[in-house]
Amino acid sequence: MKTAANLEALRVTKICNACRYCEGHCAVFPAISRQLTFDEGEMEQLAHLCHQCGACYQHCQYAPPHEFAVNFPRAMADVREASYPTVAGTRFTVISTIAGILLFASLVTLHAGPGALIGDTLDFYSLLPHYVMAATFGGAALLVLAAWWFILSAYWRRTGSYRRLTPGLLVRAVDDAVRLKNLGGGHGDGCYASGEQPSLARRRFHHLTVFGFLLCFLATGTGTFYHFALDFPAPYGLVSLPKLFGMTGGIALLAGTTGLLRVRTGLDPAIAADPAGATASLTWLLLLTALTGLILPFVTTGKGLLLAVHLGIVMALFINFALGRFLHGLFRLLALVTDRAGQEAVCR
Amino acid sequence: MNTASDVIVVGGGHAGLTAAITAAERGRRVHLLEAAPRHMRGGNSRHTRNLRPMHDSPVPPMEGIYSFDEYLADLIGVTGGKTDPALADLLLKKSASSIEWLSAHGVRFQPPLSGTLQLGRTNAFFLGGGKALVNALYHCAENLGVTIEYDARDITLRIRDGSFEELTYNDGNRLSARTLIAASGGFEANLDWLGESWGSAAANFLVRGTPYNRGTILKQLLDAGMQQVGEADQCHAVAIDGRAPRYDGGIVTRVDCLPLGIVVNRDGQRFHDEGEDFWPKRYAIWGRLVAAQEDQVAWTIIDSKADGLFMPPVFEPESAGSIRDLAAKIRINAENLQKTIDEFNAAVIPGAFDREALDDCRTGGLEPAKSHWARPIDKPPFRAYRLKPGITFTYLGIGVDEKARALRQDGQASDNILAAGEIMAGNILGEGYLAGIGMTIGSVFGRIAGENA
Repeated sequence: MKTAANLEALRVTKICNACRYCEGHCAVFPAISRQLTFDEGEMEQLAHLCHQCGACYQHCQYAPPHEFAVNFPRAMADVREASYPTVAGTRFTVISTIAGILLFASLVTLHAGPGALIGDTLDFYSLLPHYVMAATFGGAALLVLAAWWFILSAYWRRTGSYRRLTPGLLVRAVDDAVRLKNLGGGHGDGCYASGEQPSLARRRFHHLTVFGFLLCFLATGTGTFYHFALDFPAPYGLVSLPKLFGMTGGIALLAGTTGLLRVRTGLDPAIAADPAGATASLTWLLLLTALTGLILPFVTTGKGLLLAVHLGIVMALFINFALGRFLHGLFRLLALVTDRAGQEAVCR
Repeated sequence: MNTASDVIVVGGGHAGLTAAITAAERGRRVHLLEAAPRHMRGGNSRHTRNLRPMHDSPVPPMEGIYSFDEYLADLIGVTGGKTDPALADLLLKKSASSIEWLSAHGVRFQPPLSGTLQLGRTNAFFLGGGKALVNALYHCAENLGVTIEYDARDITLRIRDGSFEELTYNDGNRLSARTLIAASGGFEANLDWLGESWGSAAANFLVRGTPYNRGTILKQLLDAGMQQVGEADQCHAVAIDGRAPRYDGGIVTRVDCLPLGIVVNRDGQRFHDEGEDFWPKRYAIWGRLVAAQEDQVAWTIIDSKADGLFMPPVFEPESAGSIRDLAAKIRINAENLQKTIDEFNAAVIPGAFDREALDDCRTGGLEPAKSHWARPIDKPPFRAYRLKPGITFTYLGIGVDEKARALRQDGQASDNILAAGEIMAGNILGEGYLAGIGMTIGSVFGRIAGENA
């Protein structure tokens, strides 16, 4: 029983397959032209292969108000929705953030007394011991990995498991993902989600965000390594790997997410609807993580509260990793892998 | 009365935009009037996908060479020699700079679309198709300060002794300028005018593109004594799926499997050589051929051997396991159709089928013959698409000289009326067509008009 989203996607891909003018813009149209019809799994893969760049909408002679009413990016976005375990929109995110903050505020109060939230402190571990932070987030990380295992293996079974994979293929797909090749418009001048002229803003701010995120991850990683393997606990001096990674990563993340939010306000609503705020939620969680994380070392009065806020936001972010829009990167990466396999199957 | 402009361009398609941009770059103040609302701006150019430039060396994304001599031979071949030699010469030579011009003005190109590989050497495809080109050129024109007005209709020209004086539009707005460039397309959306030469058949035509090309400017220019070129019933018209919308269906309604099977009329009879030449050189005559059939009805019939060999139109074909069942579905006399198929199959001389070449699969002793790609139609499922004439653009137009100046009936060039695009394509295309040459005409004569404005 096909869903409305699936039926609409089939309708528009049939029209696109008879036209094909957009073949040069991204990987999706060459992929479509390899077949004449698609089952649900194939359509789901195509939908995630679409990077919502909008080129095909701006250039479509059949876009509304033409009677064929082809809005390809919207059709793909609607199919993508079904891959997510939950919408994880604004309300969900606000609730999980508040819950996270309450959790850590309680833990801080339990450990350091009621005045700890608003008092003057210089030392994190007097507010919350390292083992509590490590346990809560270590546990959360394991849950995230478990969620990914279930969600992604089911996604892979639906969309790509029939493909034979090789290491070379994976490398090329990762390259497409990392370089955000499909946000280049085909000509390298960028995507069209903001209007009729291409812009590289979205790709660049996305790269900055990912770069910042990875650096923050490295900051935590090196800190963990120092703590457990080198018996070298925090706080670390400014010229130390955790601090350098953390500061640079935090600034990059803050700049990237701010840029993405600004780009988002300029997006053509016909293409990039985010009615439940799911995408905005992910961006805001990352932005606020970076912001609170950057301010935290410099605050003494109320450090406890700010720490609870920061950790609460991070916990909400972990929940987003497992269930929310963060998954888009992984869905898309696997879609790129399947696409590479499809391209190379044809060439053989 | 608005006299703030040096040049008025009527028509905001590829030709009009090219003219407007060229004139603006030369310092002219340009006012462009586009009949359509913004979302349909660009006339038929929105539906195009490539142009055909001469090139003496590979010009990415085209490989190989397309020399002047070969291009001219192709043009003479498809038009049967009905082309103005001096203008054809000018067109081909100046086409060599089209890609550079378009690229410099924001248009991007890509390798040929899948399913169009035979055009990889001769044609350059727009990345994102015609609408991307239209968007890029409008953006350019805006940046150059061209005044652009959409929904500009009911244009009435005042012309005296072959000179443009002023025009009115949209309930009495008046506009005057030193020069008028007419780039308002043909009259393909005007079924009444088409009916004057096609009779009642015109009622069964479908208009592939914009509903705004009604030929109002063309008619006024002709009535004002400008020279007519071309015949009223000559046009670019392709066979499209009979279920296409009346206007603006564009490329997706085109049926491209005709060379792979046979085409029959309402009585189940074949009427033209389906394998005469490569599809890009023949597709544009099939509209007229279908138009000439009873009730303007024809069916293209293929068997399963054709699957995957052509770009599918957007509609599903009628499909059946036998010719008799297919005939019943498409309501053609079953005996007639079976006889036609049997005679065709019996006449097929086996050869080595090659879609990319003028292969040796042909019929012998059959009228009309099928010169290439003839294979027996014998492997079910059999499929049929109902065809109707889809008119792209008309060839009757305004005669121009080498400066794109409109000619008066006495052969003198107008001092201030120029023409570019479909409205003067008949100077080059007396009949027939070459894939991509329409946009080439717009590119070259748009620039020439802009240079002489």
